[in-house]
Amino acid sequence: MAMQLDISDIGTRENRLGSITGYVGDLKDLANQSNCGSLKGGVRCFSQSSTCLSGCALGQLSGIRDVAVIHHGPAGCSVTGAQIYTVTKQVAKKRGVVNNTVYIGTDMSEEDTIFGAGDSLHDIVVETNRRYKPKAIFVSSSCATGIIGEDIDSIVAELKDEIDVPIAAIHCEGFKSRIWASGFDLSDHAVLTTIVKEPKQKRNKINFKNFYESARDDIIALFKNFDVEPVFLYANATVEELSHISESLATVCICGTLGNYLGNGLEEKYGVPYIRTINPLGVVGFETWLREIGKTIHKETEVEQYIQAERIKYLPQIEEVKKELKGLRAVLGMGPGYTFEVSRVLQELGMEVVWAAAWHYDKRYENGEIPPAMDYLLKNTPNFEVSVADQQNFEILNILNTYKPDLYLSRHPGSTVWAIKQGYPAVYVADEYMIFGYKRTLEFAHTVLDTIRNRSFEKNLAKMVKLPYTDWWYKQKLDLFLEKTK
Amino acid sequence: MAKILDKQRYKCAMGAMSTVQAIERAIPVLHSGAGCAQKLSNSSGSSGYFSPNIFPCTSINEQDVVFGGEKKLHSTIENSLKVIDADLYVVLTGCTPEIVGDNVDEIVADFKDAEKPVIFASTPGFKGNNYQGHEWVINAIVEQFLNPTEKRIPGLVNIWADVPYQDEFWLGNLRELEKLVAELGLIPNTIFGYKRGIENIKKIPEAQFNLLVSPWVGLENVKRMQAKFGTPYLHYPTLPIGAFETSKFLRAVGSFAGVDQGEVEKLISEKEAYYYYYIERFADLFLETRVMSKKFSIVADAQYVLGITKFLVNDMGLFPAKQYIVDDTPKQYRNDIEGYFKDLNYDIKAAVEFGVDGYKIQQEIENTDYHGYPLLLGGYWEKDIAAKTNAHFLNVSWPVNERLVMNSYYVGYDGGLKLIEDIYSVVKTRFN
Repeated sequence: MAMQLDISDIGTRENRLGSITGYVGDLKDLANQSNCGSLKGGVRCFSQSSTCLSGCALGQLSGIRDVAVIHHGPAGCSVTGAQIYTVTKQVAKKRGVVNNTVYIGTDMSEEDTIFGAGDSLHDIVVETNRRYKPKAIFVSSSCATGIIGEDIDSIVAELKDEIDVPIAAIHCEGFKSRIWASGFDLSDHAVLTTIVKEPKQKRNKINFKNFYESARDDIIALFKNFDVEPVFLYANATVEELSHISESLATVCICGTLGNYLGNGLEEKYGVPYIRTINPLGVVGFETWLREIGKTIHKETEVEQYIQAERIKYLPQIEEVKKELKGLRAVLGMGPGYTFEVSRVLQELGMEVVWAAAWHYDKRYENGEIPPAMDYLLKNTPNFEVSVADQQNFEILNILNTYKPDLYLSRHPGSTVWAIKQGYPAVYVADEYMIFGYKRTLEFAHTVLDTIRNRSFEKNLAKMVKLPYTDWWYKQKLDLFLEKTK
Repeated sequence: MAKILDKQRYKCAMGAMSTVQAIERAIPVLHSGAGCAQKLSNSSGSSGYFSPNIFPCTSINEQDVVFGGEKKLHSTIENSLKVIDADLYVVLTGCTPEIVGDNVDEIVADFKDAEKPVIFASTPGFKGNNYQGHEWVINAIVEQFLNPTEKRIPGLVNIWADVPYQDEFWLGNLRELEKLVAELGLIPNTIFGYKRGIENIKKIPEAQFNLLVSPWVGLENVKRMQAKFGTPYLHYPTLPIGAFETSKFLRAVGSFAGVDQGEVEKLISEKEAYYYYYIERFADLFLETRVMSKKFSIVADAQYVLGITKFLVNDMGLFPAKQYIVDDTPKQYRNDIEGYFKDLNYDIKAAVEFGVDGYKIQQEIENTDYHGYPLLLGGYWEKDIAAKTNAHFLNVSWPVNERLVMNSYYVGYDGGLKLIEDIYSVVKTRFN
């Protein structure tokens, strides 16, 4: 399906990719239903709070250096800015750069919901531009502005005549999608349509879509072996750097959910190859990914040499720690970009996946294919139980209570704590590079080992706390509240 | 009307979900977008018995915008009662259902005979900020959960202070206020935090009086309780920090409660002697730290700007530069609050400005001559301007980042000592 890069609002993952947030079953069934088109996904008549797509969209954009994000809505929408500010400053400091990005709210009032606040928004954008001279401006809507029909596209169009830096409208009505990853697509879309320029010359660079570039130095060193440089997106990236990503040799991504839209967009519009292998987590993932990069940039021999040298260094150590991990039973709860990847790595390390919960599931990616991580599992690992739930905590605790695993792994804030309160050791896979390459796969294996070897913290806590769910709920089937959509 | 929120200091009204969360075994049931709760919370003591990602939420979608979300709200409340083990369910509304006109009152009324109480506060983000949302939640409890009673417990005092989770020190401060009130021989009653909760809420109508310690937040609540339960209230606007204000506070509460004046004075003498034991031992440090400032500015909500200004002037002998109140204080309270800043020792009057535009505030700070290193207390936003102006900087008000507050407090005699510790722990990082 061709991407629509000529409009400002791109639709949700549900509509574009047939993505779902409600399913209980197993890996093979999920894949079969996806293939034959019968996968509908359920909706819940009871659910718990999760995440807003605006956080993903504007969180990504506000990582870019020296830009302005203007979030048009009540103060609760733009409150994200206060948290992002700290992260942005700390991430920039680690790299030794200064990021002067600002995140501005418009404090929409009751009166504004009746009369609109388009004029105020216009003035706020102009004033923000005067104050900070940002290199690009992103103007976002919210639920409230969306419902009253505030026309941010027109306001942005007007502003383009007054302001001489790229300026984009971002359609962040939270009610549009239960899949917050739709927000990643919105940010990619804005970058693709307003910042990226037509290529003038090929550059010896690889676009690296990630979150906070924590493995930056390692990856620079890695790519140096192949005479290429990574351009990390979007945290700490400059608008100037972004304008040239159409000139890169390829696009890679640490997480398929995060990078799919940008990768496909750059490929479709500018012919920049998008590396679509399984992700570089674990040994198999890393090698598959690196070999594909080698093939794409014609450095197969160098890649093979690198792999052989690193194998000698790390594989014996990984084999050693695997002995200790063998047979451990794990439950996972993560976004689909990680759940199916980490499931693979855990099995690679000798562990058993008893349940994998994905916060959503994309039946296919922008290129029409099923996500590679899923494809790999179907071909290479035993079937296991799977659910799709947008961080529904009550379901996770029910699963843990039923399966009593040795370990719970999650990637989103606020999930692991509930596993430990129920007495199960948990690993918070927060850093997107936590399992990247040989060295970090080894470190990850040790982290798992350390976690299950000292269970004091969770045992102490679990002994003292009461859980928030009724006994009744723990006796119910997981899909009790899941209603099939027609 | 919409305005520029540059360096935002508050959340929206539905941030009051944290007020509910601060009540043990009470849970917010959100009729809102799926991500509102996550935005309105951060990891500063939020994984209690309930955490924001446990909060039931209708997670409004496009269909609900078009057809209304009443059915979904009904099933969410109904199943919350089955799934979540709580004692009070507080339905809060976000923007969308209020704009599309869901009849939430009616849906909540369906649960009036439910096994556990279900109440409702309207908290759409566009209607106000979380300081006001906090008041609306307390009002909902007063109006929908409590009934007037003839019963009065002599000496029982309901204590109300600033907003849980918005004030990073909310719990420590509240506990210390309780201790101070208890030392007057009174029985403190608060509803937030460990082992307070619903049982204490039920005692609210039986109190001898309400004690409100805040420049303005909660004034609407104590007035409402006076109207509904006939409970008188004492409004003590200044958060008492350090000896001067805490002693004044004890006199005011003692006098209002009818505590023997001699007993009050005896207590104060003991407390001040204790406090000055420490001050005396460290007075040399205060005088002889060559980089310490004489002039200070505070950028915070009304409670901290007022409380800390009084402390630094009346206890520590510092001089106020301009002070900035950034909680969007409703206009009707501003005159009174300005007045409190004119009541300082030696007829000192502190200039105070109400505003929410952090850019303008920081520009003013940058252009102010503090006659030496400025002392700057504020939100995390002020870290940058502090670096630019060579200020000593302490992050006391929201957003509070890069420091962890669990149970510490700035209230009372010990709270004053703690604030001195924190200020000098910053000051002492420099020699000259």
